[in-house]
Amino acid sequence: MNPDMIQLVLVGVVTAATPLFLAALGELVAERAGVLNLGVEGMMVMGAASGFAAAYLTGSTLIGALVGTAVGALMALLFGLLTVVFAVSQVAAGLALTIFGLGLSGLVGSAFVGLKRDAAPHLAIPGLTHLPVVGRLVFGEDYFVYAALLLALAVSHGLRRTRAGLVLRAVGDNHGSAHALGVPVRSVRLLAVLFGGACAGLGGAYLSLSYTPFWSPEMTAGRGWIALALVVFASWRPWRALGGALLFGGATVLQLQAQAFGIGLPGQFMSAVPYLVTLLALVALSLRRRAGSVAPAMLGTAFVPDR
Amino acid sequence: MGDGMRAVAVLAMAVLAGSAARAEEKLKVGFVYVGPVGDFGYSYQHDQGRQFLQKQLGDKVETTFLENVAENDSQRAFEQLARSGHKLIFGTSFGFMDPMLKVAKQFPKVDFEHATGYKQAPNLATYSARFYEGRYIMGEIAAKISKTHTVGYIASFPIPEVVSGIDAFMLGAQSIDPNFKVKIVWVNTWFDPGKEADAAKALIAQGVDVIAQHTDSAAPLQEAEKAGIHGFGQSSDMAKFAPKAILTSLEDNWGPYYVGEVKAVQDGTWKSHDTWGGLAAGMVVMGPYENMPADVKAMAEKTEADIKSGAVKVFAGPISKQDGTVAVKAGEVMPDKEILGLNWYVKGVDDKVPQ
Amino acid sequence: MRIELQPRLNPPRWLGFAAPVAAVAVALLIGGVIVANLGKSPLDAFLVYFVDPLTQDWSLEALAVKASPLVLIATGLCFCFRANLWNIGAEGQFVAGGACGGALALATHGADHAGPLGGSWILPAMLLLGILGGAAYALIPAVLRVALGVNEILSSLMLVYVAGLGLDYLVRGPWRDPAGFNFPVSVNFDPDATLPTLIDGASLHAGVLVTLLVVVGAALVFSRTMFGYEIRCVGAAPRAARFAGFDEKRLTLLVFALSGGLAGLAGVMEVSGQIGQLQPSISPGYGFTAIIVAYLGRLQPMGVLVAGLVLALTYVGGEGAQIALKLPLDVTKAFQGILLVCVLGADVVTRYRVRIVGRVMA
Repeated sequence: MNPDMIQLVLVGVVTAATPLFLAALGELVAERAGVLNLGVEGMMVMGAASGFAAAYLTGSTLIGALVGTAVGALMALLFGLLTVVFAVSQVAAGLALTIFGLGLSGLVGSAFVGLKRDAAPHLAIPGLTHLPVVGRLVFGEDYFVYAALLLALAVSHGLRRTRAGLVLRAVGDNHGSAHALGVPVRSVRLLAVLFGGACAGLGGAYLSLSYTPFWSPEMTAGRGWIALALVVFASWRPWRALGGALLFGGATVLQLQAQAFGIGLPGQFMSAVPYLVTLLALVALSLRRRAGSVAPAMLGTAFVPDR
Repeated sequence: MGDGMRAVAVLAMAVLAGSAARAEEKLKVGFVYVGPVGDFGYSYQHDQGRQFLQKQLGDKVETTFLENVAENDSQRAFEQLARSGHKLIFGTSFGFMDPMLKVAKQFPKVDFEHATGYKQAPNLATYSARFYEGRYIMGEIAAKISKTHTVGYIASFPIPEVVSGIDAFMLGAQSIDPNFKVKIVWVNTWFDPGKEADAAKALIAQGVDVIAQHTDSAAPLQEAEKAGIHGFGQSSDMAKFAPKAILTSLEDNWGPYYVGEVKAVQDGTWKSHDTWGGLAAGMVVMGPYENMPADVKAMAEKTEADIKSGAVKVFAGPISKQDGTVAVKAGEVMPDKEILGLNWYVKGVDDKVPQ
Repeated sequence: MRIELQPRLNPPRWLGFAAPVAAVAVALLIGGVIVANLGKSPLDAFLVYFVDPLTQDWSLEALAVKASPLVLIATGLCFCFRANLWNIGAEGQFVAGGACGGALALATHGADHAGPLGGSWILPAMLLLGILGGAAYALIPAVLRVALGVNEILSSLMLVYVAGLGLDYLVRGPWRDPAGFNFPVSVNFDPDATLPTLIDGASLHAGVLVTLLVVVGAALVFSRTMFGYEIRCVGAAPRAARFAGFDEKRLTLLVFALSGGLAGLAGVMEVSGQIGQLQPSISPGYGFTAIIVAYLGRLQPMGVLVAGLVLALTYVGGEGAQIALKLPLDVTKAFQGILLVCVLGADVVTRYRVRIVGRVMA
């Protein structure tokens, strides 16, 4: 394998990781605020369908991405109303959202089956993008990838270093005390959920606008579930989620590469590798940190103010 | 409460009776698909066949379909179609075999047709298409076009249809270039655009310059277009997804077959059968030959004509297995039964059939 | 303006019935609008969806057969969820149970069964193996949680995929029917390994009865036993439960084993009663759908029974709507989502007094 081939492989890994990372980053913020939204798959697939539809009708990838993002947030609003405002079980509402999204996206997308667009534009900086070995990898990705990195930067900074982040974490760790201190717990949670939906929608739009630029039903193929897993795997830290997404995307891509290279293992075993890797990594992480769970303490529990 | 239920039931009967009276002379034909009709691949093509049937026979037929039916939960779908007055029911996925067999026994007056299976009954016929014939032509084209003498092949599951496709492809390629190489990647899915694209990328990174696929989405073809290499369409004419990369498409064409079967039921001449039609029968159609020199196109067209006429048989001897043992002697042709259960590679394939 | 929720201490009984009915009505209204938008008659759709399946013997049987695995799995999940333990891997435990039980069916296939018992021991042994297989598979995330503090949501979800791919491997490889042209299905089970049907020539199999028994048994466990009390305590007030001396680890292992065992039982009954052989995939997502059923049934066995039947009705009716009205399957799925959202929303009204208040500081 020469360096340029390795670069090609790595570019593929980045592409595979991006939708996972976008969805996981959004979910991470929601979970940090104490809300577990199992509807990521439904929000993603709606983002993919509406994003492609909008981009096809307007001819603009940017508008497609924005619409996908907005629709993801809209789906999350429904979920937020149920769980944050009305204190409905988050697990059940999330699963309902997934079923709803898979059905509705089929209806929305049915008029766009078999249509194609050009892939989303890639960054091109004269002199840099065509550098050997690293040019395409660092300076030649599509804009979604850079947007995802900026988002990661913002979320990581926001969670750790800003007052808003402090409030968000406080809400997720102990909504009772936060409420006693005058924090509008439910508003914070609703915003976090909306952010999560927007990211999932953007991740979905990435699938239908850049990864494979066409729409087909259920094209998310379980990536929303993997994103959920990633959040826990990353122990609710943005940069770890990035690492996890690369690992997970990388495992999928590398097992295909290994086959093309002539390393034959049972296909099912190869397909199971990413899940087993995640499971083992999870166990290893837990072994290192025996002190206890690192999950936001209020994850999955509804907040109902006393008065 | 009881009265309310009765009123609703009466209303329901009235609605049903009304629609039944109108549909009396129409033959109701049902289809059960394993995927969504929007997959733009296998199920989509069957649905194109259904629409063709509806167009051809107009008001003599009423067609219905159930999409995205899980193979392990399909018995009810067939039963429901049979009970709602459908007289001819097509099931299009291999996994429907045993459920169809059960329901066919239960409804002897309804005729069933199962695609890609091997169990028949007096009212259960089987039908399939000899896709491998098209793949032989694709192998020839690939061998002519490829400069690296290596082609990438994205495969779904190691079932006989896929394995025989790989073998036919290689036999075609070897008829042009005996040292031709194929790199096979099993993705373990019929349909996951992202994963199919990743597989294509993996193959491209390893230096193949033609990609063949036995999965349903256009994603690999789009990757080929992006990388400036060539590829083949699957199930339908996928030229618009990759106008510069596409060489030809292997198209499923079920419409004429469905029209024939419906007519047979209407004439009262339908009998259980096992149909396996290829290019000659028009069940497999090659898309336009594009992006290739004129001589290659001429060769492809000639091979297509020869397969149709029977002058070329894809699985004609001599054929050796990977370990060199002779599978088909010179002058002989592999019997259909063996092709239907094929689970070994021909000599020259550098891979192992996954078990 | 703010929305305030005030817990109801004694929700009126009529509300418990009225709220879900109102929810279904709202869902039907929304569904009707969608259907009308597609140019079909909402009344026809209503009849086909919800009335037709209830008017014929065969469709009632189909309902019961479809609901059975959902109800059985969801009943087991009630134990986990009531104790605030998130087993979302029932899909994998279903597969593990089906594979373990099915393995015995394949091992005894075509054998001559001498001795006084003949082959009559096979079916009970299969069911037992199914339960054990599902329970053992569920114990993996439980043990990881108890011993290492591994989050059970993630581990149980990961194991779903591993189980699915494992069965896929077995059926495409060692368990493939040797006479089956290398197609990936096992042999058909012998009669000794097949659940009997309750009525001759019908699809209603004995597994439906087993499910009913389990539901009744589970309801009794919750209301009458110390174990049920313990679960309710741990779920409602974990700290108090700890002070009361309840062993949380033991309870974690127990409820996981229980819910996994029931999911495994559902799996083996599905392969031996409904499918009749092993296939690369034996579940159209029952394990995940059952989570919703568990919640719709308010985590109570009797509620789960009703919820499972309602959900099954939307499946059977949804197929009817595709046939009779040519309504796309996506309408069914979207409607299922709407229905779930509405019923969950209605739950709020029964548990809380919802008040909209003006600008007042909290």
